Amino acid sequence: MSTFKQYSILPGFNLALGFTLLYLSLIVLIPLSAAFIRTAELTWPEFWTIITTPRVLASYRLTFGASFAAALVNAAFGLLVAWVLVRYDFPGKKIVDALVDLPFALPTAVAGISLTALYAGNGWIGQFLEPLGIKVAFTPLGIFVALTFIGLPFVVRTVQPVLEDIEAELEEAAATLGANRWQTFTRVIFPVLFPALITGFALAFARAVGEYGSVIFIAGNMPMISEITPLLIITKLEQYDYAGATALSVVMLVISFILLLIINLLQWWNRRRSSDSLGSP
Amino acid sequence: MTTITFPVSGATFRQRATQEPAWVRRSLIGLALVFLTLFLFIPLISVFYEAFKKGAAVYFAAITDPDAVSAIKLTLTVAAIAVPLNLVFGIAAAWAIAKFEFRGKNLLITLIDLPFSVSPVVSGLIYVLVFGLQGWLGPWLAEHDFKIIFAVPGIVLATVFVTVPFIARELIPLMQAQGTEEEEAAVVLGASGWQTFYQITLPNIKWGLLYGAILCNARAMGEFGAVSVVSGHIRGSTNTLPLHVEILYNEYNFAAAFAVASLLALLALVTLALKTLIEFRNKQYQKQRGEE
Repeated sequence: MSTFKQYSILPGFNLALGFTLLYLSLIVLIPLSAAFIRTAELTWPEFWTIITTPRVLASYRLTFGASFAAALVNAAFGLLVAWVLVRYDFPGKKIVDALVDLPFALPTAVAGISLTALYAGNGWIGQFLEPLGIKVAFTPLGIFVALTFIGLPFVVRTVQPVLEDIEAELEEAAATLGANRWQTFTRVIFPVLFPALITGFALAFARAVGEYGSVIFIAGNMPMISEITPLLIITKLEQYDYAGATALSVVMLVISFILLLIINLLQWWNRRRSSDSLGSP
Repeated sequence: MTTITFPVSGATFRQRATQEPAWVRRSLIGLALVFLTLFLFIPLISVFYEAFKKGAAVYFAAITDPDAVSAIKLTLTVAAIAVPLNLVFGIAAAWAIAKFEFRGKNLLITLIDLPFSVSPVVSGLIYVLVFGLQGWLGPWLAEHDFKIIFAVPGIVLATVFVTVPFIARELIPLMQAQGTEEEEAAVVLGASGWQTFYQITLPNIKWGLLYGAILCNARAMGEFGAVSVVSGHIRGSTNTLPLHVEILYNEYNFAAAFAVASLLALLALVTLALKTLIEFRNKQYQKQRGEE
């Protein structure tokens, strides 16, 4: 296997791969490289100063903190929703199953204004929270709510197929050996689901970190308090601070590449784990 | 008698051992539905409620406003360019990746997925860095009086970027699972490359292709962050539907903002309905193929 490509009688390899590489270069790779090349014009101390001002650091803390909290809630409830959809029957289940993908299909701006209207002090949900002293809209809590909405399908859709593939024999064996349902779940089912759950968590987290559209309406966008990093990039751009916006976007890109790497490793683990433990035919 | 009751009681016993008690089942279903109601169903319903709150007349005035109509037209135009481009790309990429063995394939798959992990704001910014006035090609473009940033071409480019992976990602695993035997048989029997594609591959991937195209279209029409960076928000000229929603909302014209938003919510619902339908059809198609 010292050659680049294995022999095949099918035609079209050069055309298809050539077009793929050209398209990817023009649309994705060259523009992405622009962010890195433009940032390289800065000296290291200049770059470091831009990406570590107190306002920027506050935006990282908020972006990652809210994304982490939202992904955590999605991991718990995503597992629950996947479980209920796979294991139980109830009226309207098919519609519920289809609607789980709504956050993928609904434009983020629409989600943003809708959640803001709901959680504002006079909104359907906000009016019940306000007397309890809980303010959601225009606070960091609102960002958490928007990011939870955005990340909702990821865990459900990664856990669901794995749960569907678990063979009944596995649980029957546990039951015959004297395990109760809770023991079967924690010792037999959960370990099989775990790689998928972590993958879904990572996907939801990665999506939340970069999210912009749904957040800016509900966030209030106060510097140091409720300003996420993507918004800070826009703010710098609107002030014609191209160097600042580009430096911050490089930070975001490096973080998303690291997350992408972790997700790829998790998915590889997930595939290996499920083919090992379930004994695919 | 015993021969009848024995399997029945056996069945109920097995069901009990691997199923939760009824109260656990009911409370888990209830908890899941409460969560979905709070985070999914109410936000969806609220869009339509807010849109019609001030009556049908206000609603129809908002969506037939000249600026809204031009936003609808621009959104449709952008999707009509971005989706076919990514369709061709998706087929080419899937053909190379699924039908041939070559080095660096996994790296290529990762590169195709890359736009999904880039923040929408950054996706827009990188095009400003290339085509904007301060960018690489900016001065040359200005000299030749050709606008990309703060104009329609920039919106199309940013939309193409964020939707690159959709169709390729759907087709690659599908075509990998189908293998190369059918195509090889066609080629051996003397079919040309295009004949093989049109008569063998395309019928096999049509549902996957449609599925990817629908998801790609939904994102193309709904993209906000990336488009917002490159558009310049010029009313009636570089405003897509999501941007128009933002402008109306920031002007405190909530009824109109939600009216326009309801069009996008409707698009999302149609997308989900088609997606579910295709999943159903595809399952039947796979079953048919399995039986043959």
